[in-house]
Amino acid sequence: MKTTRLLSSAPIFWRSFRLATWLGWQIESNWADPFLFAIYSLIKPLSSAAILVIMYSVITQADFESPIFPYIYLGNAFYMYVGHVMTGISWAVIDDREHYKTMKYIYTAPVHFPSYLLGRGVARFIIASISVFVTILFGVLFLKISIDIDQVNWSFFLLTLFTGVMMLALMGLTLAGVMLLLVHHMFGVGEAVAGALYLFSGAIFPLEVLPAYLRPIGFLMPITYWLELLRRLLVGKVASSFPTLQSFSNSELYLILVALTFLFAIISILVFRACEHRARELGLIDTVTNY
Amino acid sequence: MAQTALAMPKASGWKLFFKTVIARAYPRIIGQQREKSWMFFDIFLPILGVAAYVFVYRAIGAPEEYIGFVVMGGAMTAFWLNVLWSMSSQLYWEKEQGNLALYIMAPNSMMAILLGMALGGMVATLLRAIVILVIGGWIFQVRFMVANFGLLTLVFFLTMTALYGLGMMSASLFLLLSREAWHLANLAQEPIYLISGFYFPVKNLGFWIALSASLIPLTLGLDAMRQLVFPSAAQFGFLDVRDEVIGLLVLCGIFLLGAHWLLNYMEKLAIREGRLTESRR
Repeated sequence: MKTTRLLSSAPIFWRSFRLATWLGWQIESNWADPFLFAIYSLIKPLSSAAILVIMYSVITQADFESPIFPYIYLGNAFYMYVGHVMTGISWAVIDDREHYKTMKYIYTAPVHFPSYLLGRGVARFIIASISVFVTILFGVLFLKISIDIDQVNWSFFLLTLFTGVMMLALMGLTLAGVMLLLVHHMFGVGEAVAGALYLFSGAIFPLEVLPAYLRPIGFLMPITYWLELLRRLLVGKVASSFPTLQSFSNSELYLILVALTFLFAIISILVFRACEHRARELGLIDTVTNY
Repeated sequence: MAQTALAMPKASGWKLFFKTVIARAYPRIIGQQREKSWMFFDIFLPILGVAAYVFVYRAIGAPEEYIGFVVMGGAMTAFWLNVLWSMSSQLYWEKEQGNLALYIMAPNSMMAILLGMALGGMVATLLRAIVILVIGGWIFQVRFMVANFGLLTLVFFLTMTALYGLGMMSASLFLLLSREAWHLANLAQEPIYLISGFYFPVKNLGFWIALSASLIPLTLGLDAMRQLVFPSAAQFGFLDVRDEVIGLLVLCGIFLLGAHWLLNYMEKLAIREGRLTESRR
């Protein structure tokens, strides 16, 4: 019975997702001409990568051959997805409710609200993908990041990337649920979560550098395994250089990633439902807190 | 109500100017006490960034001075973020909320409003920067050894004056902007952290880049403060501290005069082009 209802709702899910994707792209890109938009999308990520590159080259006299460099550089590049996708989805709540004041119209329209929010994250995913690609290309061309295109298992890489983006989207949905209960100036929650994950997921330094009592947090985060796997799939030698996840094979890392993604999916659905229900009870769906 | 307002003694001239400065600074300082979550995020987020960069330095075996540089740079990000989001783009927020037209209609000087915003923001942000410095210094065991406290205070004061002068100047530029203001402010974060040497000595960027970056007061200010707080930092310094003080003095003059001139010009332009009340979402 439930499966039949779910299947019959599939076209609504898809329509909500598709239209939200289009809307998200219009919102993200229509304020500037394409050239300016492209520059804007590239300057920020390249600058944050350049900060790390200069920090690294100052200390190591530009020893870009060392395995720690691709570890830092690629981790930072792929981490851009976290900020864009996860906080992008949660930001849509603030944007629609407080800025455009359209939340109640969207909510009362025949759309599937979680699918709509996930769709709003797609534009951010596209922008992040451009940034990640350019950052890695810059690293390959100018910073001796050696990616052997023939050696990379591209299907496994794309599967890992897709799984990770799904995981981030679901984490974003959890945050979006929480945002439904918060006032507009709490937009910092998304950044705070992304910042904390940056620190604990070993994105730009191996987890062994963290104090021992903080490391378990990193091991609980699916992003840790996702970033490690992406790095390994592009630059194999990174895997053997750091002991953190050395004992796991690529397949094992992927299985852990899938298991944790599944766990986060369940959590996100439960949290979103609970928050949405509470927001409706408190009359917060269309509450504008822009004071 | 109207009678009460009429019965109040009218302020004018300098008295009105200073009353406006205090009136605009007041919500900046008091607002922070009312909304504790802002304080949490303003302190917590830079500390996360600082911690990440500290661990990167530890991972690549950097000397301990660099940990101190990062903590200090992280504390100064609070001022840059305050200038970007609460000075430069403030008039954009005011426009979005419908207050800007009221500011223009009231008989006070816009310069006084900007000055009030700057003073209030500076005081509120100073507290946050100190907390970041103390917590960051404590967590990462940074040893601060101030060589010349008077000079350090002077450098800090000049840096803040020039920085908030820059904020006042850019606020008038942002007056003409609509939604782009948000994106521009967003854009001016990481690139400025990079060229101003928030997380490494700016000297490493090379003389000409560091000199160009010195147009942003935090570049010279941060470099001078590092030299005064960490005894071994003189070797990493971009210029001699006294030269940096002169540079900051010049920047103070340029930005404060520039803010005054630009504000008058932009206000007239915004009125002529009808941009004071527009809201392009």
